[in-house]
Amino acid sequence: MEAMAPAVWVKKDLIGIRDLSRGEIEMILDTAPQFLAVSKRASGIKKVPLLQGRLVVNWFHEPSTRTRTSFELAAKRLSADTLSIAASSSSSVKGETLHDTLANIEAMRADIIVLRHGCAGAPHILAAAHASHIINAGDGRHEHPTQALLDVFTMRETLRRQRGNPELGLDGLKVAIIGDIEHSRVARSNIHALTKLGASITLCAPATLLPRGVERLGVAQTTRLCEALADADVIYALRMQLERQSRGLLPSIREYVKLFRVDRDSLRYAPDHAIVMHPGPINRDLELSTEVADGTRSVILQQVTNGVAVRMAIMHLLANSGGARRARESQAS
Amino acid sequence: MNGDSSTEYTVIMDAAAMKATIYSMALAIAADNPELDSLVLLGILSRGKPLADRLADQIGQVAGYRPPVGVLSTTMYRDDLRSGTGGEVVGRIGETHFDFSIDNRTVLLVDDVLAAGRTIRAAMDEVMDYGRPRRIQLACLIDRGGRELPIQADYLGYALGTDAYEWVFVRLMESDGEDVVLVKHAQDAPVSEGDE
Repeated sequence: MEAMAPAVWVKKDLIGIRDLSRGEIEMILDTAPQFLAVSKRASGIKKVPLLQGRLVVNWFHEPSTRTRTSFELAAKRLSADTLSIAASSSSSVKGETLHDTLANIEAMRADIIVLRHGCAGAPHILAAAHASHIINAGDGRHEHPTQALLDVFTMRETLRRQRGNPELGLDGLKVAIIGDIEHSRVARSNIHALTKLGASITLCAPATLLPRGVERLGVAQTTRLCEALADADVIYALRMQLERQSRGLLPSIREYVKLFRVDRDSLRYAPDHAIVMHPGPINRDLELSTEVADGTRSVILQQVTNGVAVRMAIMHLLANSGGARRARESQAS
Repeated sequence: MNGDSSTEYTVIMDAAAMKATIYSMALAIAADNPELDSLVLLGILSRGKPLADRLADQIGQVAGYRPPVGVLSTTMYRDDLRSGTGGEVVGRIGETHFDFSIDNRTVLLVDDVLAAGRTIRAAMDEVMDYGRPRRIQLACLIDRGGRELPIQADYLGYALGTDAYEWVFVRLMESDGEDVVLVKHAQDAPVSEGDE
């Protein structure tokens, strides 16, 4: 028997999917639809007062448009005040430590800190030492938990719609993750989330971009795209991180495109019902052809819409839960 | 509820009385709303929904037009979550759902028990974010007193007086398998409002 989902959220922070139980993941997924409905209201008033008067700080040490915008919108739709700090314009260039910067942000009474940082573990270290709620918006090659949560939410919604069953979970769902897995925190978080939810995963990439030891996570891997696509319900193409390819892990981009691109030709190997996902931003016609990215199988823009709702659910659970507050107080005493 | 402790409860409304009460509320609502096609009902979760359905059925029978019924959750507008003092229900947000416009219509909020009035305040704020109704009215089966906000019901089934130490249980066929309203005297018990 699966353990019952806890009735009350107790975590102060969201650092990684690896730290979450299946029940906690499901609580986030089950909370998100009501926030999706807020964003779709016919009245146009896409706002609820759940974080009224609270301050959410977006603190980004790496470039991001989609994730930062999504968090900012989520905070605004919960009626929070928002503030953005970009590392390039902050005191980190003057040598201030992360701890000192956060202590100063907290001295201005911030409630939720959304942190993106190039160093794996930065959100974890800050969360342990500070009282505010820390949400990891991507740390190095470690995790990108909110991306994985919006991805599995999108998979679950699509599956439920396809099969006409509003109660379906992801048990037995077959997901093919294709591309630059070695450099991808999105892949890592998705592997944790999908494994905990009972889906089965096949990773597909050139051998140099498959991280060593990944089989320990309980996933299958292949270097043949047609094999990965053969029984996939979900085809998840990763962004080729061109900025991180300086070590010569790829012989040539042209070879990658020929062997691993998700396009009309390779999709012939996939079942008709398979959907195509991508975390964005897309390198058009590199890992994903324009035709497929904009085609009927693509749910890429639904991922973006769902991302706001899932992030609203996460901020609400972290900041409004009596359980999280009590856990914090007992830790302090 | 255990059978052996049932002697502590007093029945203040049995199934027949509940039926008669809902019927007379429906008569009053129909009389007040001659333009029935501009009336919509929103039942507040959870027991307000079946009550709203029954009121709509009765209005349909006495006036020949059954107004549409929707559901209001109010969770996202609660003032105790906002201040971080609540939280026990935080994992569960009910679904607000109605597929009709409320602009320029009379919105009748329906709930089982009216007490502090805070749920109704939350419901009114939520309704306003879905449109601009011509007016908002309130129908409640039981008024158990203990108001903390200046809110009164336009249509009331039964006023219980203002003993703040009374527990009130509204049990409905749809959710609890029987139609009955019970009260219990418990001097040290905290104030309870319906489901909360």
